[in-house]
Amino acid sequence: MVAQGLEKRFGDFTAVAGIDFSISRGESFGFLGPNGAGKTSTMRMVACMSPHTGGQLSVLGMDPRTSGSTIRSRIGLVPQQDSLDDELTVEDNLYLYGRYFDLPKRLIRERAVRLLEFAQLTERAKDKVEPLSGGMKRRLTIARSLISEPELLILDEPTTGLDPQARHLLWDRLYRLKSQGVTLVITTHYMDEAEQLCDRLVVMDKGRIVAEGSPRALIEQHSTREVVELRFGLDQQHQGATAIADLAERIEVLPDRVLLYVHDGDAAVAEVHRRGLLPESSLVRRSTLEDVFLRLTGRSLVD
Amino acid sequence: MTDQLLESGARPQPTVGWPGWLRVTSVYAHTYRRTWRSSMSASFLFPVLYLAAMGVGLGSLIDHHAGGIDGVRYLDFLAPGLLAGTVLQIAVAEATYPVVGAVKWTRVYWAMLASPLGTDDLVLGFLVWIAVRMAMVSAIFLGVMAAFGTVRSPLGLLVVPVSMIAGVAFAAPVASYAVLSTNDQGFAAINRFIVVPLFLFSTTFFPLHQLPVGLRVVAQLTPLFHGVNLTRALCLGQIAPLQNAADLLYLVVLAGASTLSCAASFKKRLVQ
Repeated sequence: MVAQGLEKRFGDFTAVAGIDFSISRGESFGFLGPNGAGKTSTMRMVACMSPHTGGQLSVLGMDPRTSGSTIRSRIGLVPQQDSLDDELTVEDNLYLYGRYFDLPKRLIRERAVRLLEFAQLTERAKDKVEPLSGGMKRRLTIARSLISEPELLILDEPTTGLDPQARHLLWDRLYRLKSQGVTLVITTHYMDEAEQLCDRLVVMDKGRIVAEGSPRALIEQHSTREVVELRFGLDQQHQGATAIADLAERIEVLPDRVLLYVHDGDAAVAEVHRRGLLPESSLVRRSTLEDVFLRLTGRSLVD
Repeated sequence: MTDQLLESGARPQPTVGWPGWLRVTSVYAHTYRRTWRSSMSASFLFPVLYLAAMGVGLGSLIDHHAGGIDGVRYLDFLAPGLLAGTVLQIAVAEATYPVVGAVKWTRVYWAMLASPLGTDDLVLGFLVWIAVRMAMVSAIFLGVMAAFGTVRSPLGLLVVPVSMIAGVAFAAPVASYAVLSTNDQGFAAINRFIVVPLFLFSTTFFPLHQLPVGLRVVAQLTPLFHGVNLTRALCLGQIAPLQNAADLLYLVVLAGASTLSCAASFKKRLVQ
């Protein structure tokens, strides 16, 4: 999949302002960004459901403008909002979705058995969808998107709103798909999800790509190896920060704590103590993608 | 997980070979199976109750005092009008909440559009389903009419295809409004200000010459008038060739034009 200068406008509003990326077969690629960054608009263009208004896009080597239907027959989409028929059974939801793709009944039934097992929903096959939990519905949506055995699976915020158990189960299922050679394109605003699942990712902000690389490379590029989190008493926050500003490559003063971006966290903490400062608590941790994300997209709320 | 979930990505998928619209129609049919009992019994009860109360009860009074309407018993006059009016009501109902629901609540249209199906398939499949539903509704209604002895001509069987066309002509304009609406508040107004007046004044219950002259013209411009006219002519076996050809033409043109407008509205709303 290749995009060059890809753009999406709705009237005067520009949702995606010219982005470039390329995703190879079998890769697992993430789009990170705060709400409103243009991730979903990008996914809808890539899924050939929404025509792009500028730039070039090629999916599975084809042009969505002319071959949308053919491309869609070979990709699976897990939309941000579930679109299951609550009144129908789990099984029927899979069956009808397979019929959208014109698959033969027998083939759908065969695949449905395997997919329900995959989604751990075999016991609920004959139940209506309505009373299922959020996690179950999400797993069913993913199972449904696999009924056509897609080469490319697009997941728009697959685990938003799920509890940790459900998220970990979903990650495991997605990891299995990836190991079977399915190309995954994932949007998320969960950093741990991106670190778990993505070989490579881009960070989007305000319709643009602001960084690109593997999770590790992005951390190396945009953050330090370790981060020290210090809590001083509320009124000593700034005082403390000024006294140690020279210790770190970058320092960030938040309302409740001070973050020191350093190469060696323990050494920095020792130096803080040597200078006679006594923070209420100190924590040394590795830099995460979240540090990169916040650095690139800012800490202020976007919507 | 014992086996591979996906055997191979690039292998071409085996398909049945149905066109997109037919797949959509079959999905409606599959979903309908869930409610067909209540839906069918309503289609049966409504004509039984109405024909008994108004056709037989009220009708005997009218026949006694006015000697029927235009030379036929009131029951024979009323029944075809009610049939056409029922087609209007059900077609409009199917084109309001279910359409906006498929966009906003169940989001079924979005699920369909993530597959190889396109908006034209959605529109055509939906309207064909409406035609199928209207065939069922009108066939049941005709059966009830036959039991009341009011189908006076074998031409009455043609009411089934006429109802299919009329159903599309009523449903398509409403669906093309519904798909663009952001909530369901307009639907009550459609019922109050369009469906109910049409139902009451399209010569369903009394002949055209009972209306004041000005309103006669208005009545003749509305779609249900032509549906009633044609249905009544076929059931009574009293064909007025020119007038009935015009009725049919009106319905066919409305069905065709509003199918196109429906296709444009679906595209506008769903492909952004």
